[in-house]
Amino acid sequence: MSLKHIITPFSAWVRAFTKPYTVPEAKTMRPGAPRYRGWHINDTDRCVGCGTCADICQNEAIDMVRVDEPVNGDAGLRPRVDYGRCCWCALCVDVCPSASLGMSNEYVWVDGDADVFRYTPGVDEKPWDESALGWRKDEGFHLFDPDRVPMPHLDPLERVKTWAEVVIGYAEEEARREAARCVQCGLCIAACPARMHIPDYIAAIRDGDDAEAVRIIYDNNPMPEMCGKVCTRNCEKVCSIGVKGEAIAIRWLKRYATERFDDLKSVIDVTRSDVGKGHTVAIVGGGPSGFTAAYYLALRGFSVTIYDELPRLGGATFFGIPKYRFPLPSLDKQVQLLEDAGVRIITDHRVEAEEFARLREECLAVFVGTGLMKPYRLGAHGEELDGVIFALEFLRDYHIDRPVEVGEKVVVVGGGNVAIDASRLARRLGADVTISYRRREVDMPADEEEIEDARAEGVEIFTQSIPLRVETREGGGLTYVWGPAEMLPAEEPGKRPRPQLIEGVEHRLDVDRVIVAIGQGPDLSWMGDETAHAVGDKRGWISTDEFGATAVDGVFAGGDLVNPVADAISAIADGLRVVEGIVKRAKAKQK
Amino acid sequence: MSNDYDVTKETHLWFGPQHPGVTGNMSVELWLKGDTIQRGITHVGYLHRGFEKLMERRTFIQSFPIVCRICVPEPDTNEYLLAKGLEQLGGIYDDVPEKARWIRTLTLEMARLAATLMVLGGQVGSMGLGPVPQWMMTLRDYVLDSFEELSGHRIYHMYIVYGGVRRDLPEGFEGRLEKTLQTIEERLPWIDRLMFENDVFRKRAIGIGYVPPEWVDEMSLSGPIVRAMGIPRDVRKDYPYEVYPELDFDVITEEGSDMFARARVRRREIAQSINLIRQMLADMPKDGPFCLKLPSLMHWRIPKGQTYVRAEASRGEFGYFVVTDGTDKVRRVNVRGPSYVHGVSLLERMLPGTNISDLSSLMVSLQTCPPEIER
Ligand SMILES: Cc1cc2nc3c(=O)[nH]c(=O)nc-3n(C[C@H](O)[C@H](O)[C@H](O)COP(=O)(O)OP(=O)(O)OC[C@H]3O[C@@H](n4cnc5c(N)ncnc54)[C@H](O)[C@@H]3O)c2cc1C
Ligand code: SF4
Repeated sequence: MSLKHIITPFSAWVRAFTKPYTVPEAKTMRPGAPRYRGWHINDTDRCVGCGTCADICQNEAIDMVRVDEPVNGDAGLRPRVDYGRCCWCALCVDVCPSASLGMSNEYVWVDGDADVFRYTPGVDEKPWDESALGWRKDEGFHLFDPDRVPMPHLDPLERVKTWAEVVIGYAEEEARREAARCVQCGLCIAACPARMHIPDYIAAIRDGDDAEAVRIIYDNNPMPEMCGKVCTRNCEKVCSIGVKGEAIAIRWLKRYATERFDDLKSVIDVTRSDVGKGHTVAIVGGGPSGFTAAYYLALRGFSVTIYDELPRLGGATFFGIPKYRFPLPSLDKQVQLLEDAGVRIITDHRVEAEEFARLREECLAVFVGTGLMKPYRLGAHGEELDGVIFALEFLRDYHIDRPVEVGEKVVVVGGGNVAIDASRLARRLGADVTISYRRREVDMPADEEEIEDARAEGVEIFTQSIPLRVETREGGGLTYVWGPAEMLPAEEPGKRPRPQLIEGVEHRLDVDRVIVAIGQGPDLSWMGDETAHAVGDKRGWISTDEFGATAVDGVFAGGDLVNPVADAISAIADGLRVVEGIVKRAKAKQK
Repeated sequence: MSNDYDVTKETHLWFGPQHPGVTGNMSVELWLKGDTIQRGITHVGYLHRGFEKLMERRTFIQSFPIVCRICVPEPDTNEYLLAKGLEQLGGIYDDVPEKARWIRTLTLEMARLAATLMVLGGQVGSMGLGPVPQWMMTLRDYVLDSFEELSGHRIYHMYIVYGGVRRDLPEGFEGRLEKTLQTIEERLPWIDRLMFENDVFRKRAIGIGYVPPEWVDEMSLSGPIVRAMGIPRDVRKDYPYEVYPELDFDVITEEGSDMFARARVRRREIAQSINLIRQMLADMPKDGPFCLKLPSLMHWRIPKGQTYVRAEASRGEFGYFVVTDGTDKVRRVNVRGPSYVHGVSLLERMLPGTNISDLSSLMVSLQTCPPEIER
């Protein structure tokens, strides 16, 4: 015991005269730190209802509740947080693909009613809704990589000299990495016309089971390698990751999986069931819609024959889409599986009125998927001149090995995928190519990547350029005359702005060929006029019920001549619907 | 202290779980003669939430917010060890960015500081001295302010994550943290006066709660308990991790192996943490990423493997034994917290002969923390 040790502690009394540094009462509490993890907020306009927050929450504090009708790319759901469960870990915020979810820096909320501590941020109004502070998603920390694994392409200057595929495709490691980015929200499924099981096959690729991925893919798409290369990819447009980052490369992943297997039969089971046993079905047109109907009807035990007037199946994906995008071996592989499934394939055979009538007699059902084979005319002076050709015919002739001649300079009129394909094909045939399009570039219906690729390959694009006439040139060749256009506002909301010719100005372009690619329409004349009028309207477009049945009993239709979207996956979706329709018909017959 | 009176009757007494003198939700069942403990059994289980088991059913990222709860006063060690274990097994540990390593170490040292402030306050608090624990809790709260700024929360930081840390240091953080360090430093002499120069504390701590050095290896003791025996054992030096090798410090030891010596170690480690934090704030890289970019933490799969990782928490060695099996969840995590040894085995061994009035301060001195016993 020492006196010092008895006295020293009492020196603490001195501190009784210093200012306290504790706060006197709760009311004077300071606000939470700028990145405090407080009560949730949600920018509901930005939120797409993907539910990734609910998935990651290990406390199951989040329920996705319906606040609106679902639309393309928005599930109509919003997260409701239950603070009886939440631990404020903010994983939900850090994972939120759209970065709509956040947390305010508010941490005091007193209420006698326990039920209020469960609310839908952004929908149920709260005092902190506008809070600028609090925990937000940060650019430096990611629960998934927002950037896509880049797809290697052949060098543009090299590739125009060859027919090699422009897109090289993912290597295994790249595909796994890309697939791992997917948050598995499934918004894409509703956007895909065929409702492919996208998250499932992406998960299979991620987990290293490519065979399983291909099996899942084949569940509702018998031309996946084609879709994996050229699909319009509606799915990617609604990908929740795409809201803030780069959408998952769904198309390239499908491509990767299917390209892994040369012999599809080694992965896909083509055993036929007996649902359609004893029934025959004829399919006219080997495009994606007919192909799809044929494949799944065959698997259901129908005896199916598919007819096409061209030497190969595939329709526009064979005769239209150039091989540097969709090479023949990829197509042949898919056709092989169709054959393995027991479909009788008759190519180089055009079905005419008489045979059509006979098929209708003999078969349970006849499917019409003859696509859009009639190109629209330019409606300008000189279009009948030698050297003015249709893109559709140009592409087709090239693909069925008929001689094509483009000369040195070509103008392609139009702005859709057909125009781009024709111009890139002409580039590969050695021509200088210019595209002339009526509207602005953003209005071009062609895929933006395609436009970019074409430009990289040296295709020049004139926009707001209206064709006036085509003239012959002295000493051979043609002159394409066009006038500039100004853009007028759209007539109806949602429509594209209209181009209006600026009178009095003319531009002239000397060319060897004018390739017209301003669209195509159906042509049912092969059925015979009477049948054609019964099946379709005056211009050949066909309306069907939800199962693809036309107004004529036993005749089903699908693909481009039914749906105005006119892309391959919509045609496939039509094929799937028709399978259901024909199965129903078979069952009805059996009763 | 010896008995003043002789009692032949044995008293059976429960100390806790609802007793302010117990360090958390546990209890000690005692048999006493007079006020001398004859023997005792520790009872845990009041706090069992099965963290280890929960992790087996959650993806790696979902396990991340769980582990902080294994230690309320000092959660960061748990976050760090789970992250390090999984990073090692997942083959990404070497890719963790440099800046993240500095911030991680900073966080770990801030956590040691905050926890040590609390336990040192509790040490005299358990003996009935009011001002020191109040000051200490206030000072700890200042450190927690920094944690709030850095991680978004005061207690459960959920900050050290696979690949690095979750956020960069906020603007001006260094300056504000330095201010807190100064506030703590300014108060330390007062603590010396009230605690170490206080006869009440000295009488009740010197020679009390003696732990024989032979028990160290026999029982796997660690932390201030060992260092108070003069043994320089510290994971930060013995198995250096993150940026500790780049920092200048010595292992702090004291002689005596009693409550007083342990309190001295802690008192000096407060100063040491302050010094280390200063070194880190000065030397830390200012730019660069603070977290590794992985394709996906949501679907992370880790190949089959097992590892044991360790770190020095304020209480001693924390270890994580992590087993993965190629899926997106751990196969098994075993948390080796120092309290299991100190608060159960060692405490029970020390109980016979202890005066009941020293039990509370003994438990503080051993720094028992039930949530970590009951992972
Ligand atoms: C150049 C071009 C590029 C395209 N690029 C893309 C693209 O990148 N992505 C995309 O998704 N879509 C693209 N499309 C559209 C896509 O190819 C079509 O939407 C799709 O092929 C339509 O399928 P379908 O089933 O309607 O039949 P179609 O593909 O139109 O095929 C119809 C088939 O029927 C055959 N046929 C017609 N009449 C008869 C008859 N009387 N007897 C026998 N056979 C007959 C034809 O020979 C043809 O093979 C492109 C189209 C073209 C023309
Ligand atoms: S903060 Fe964590 S616990 Fe709370 S809702 Fe979000 S994910 Fe769930």
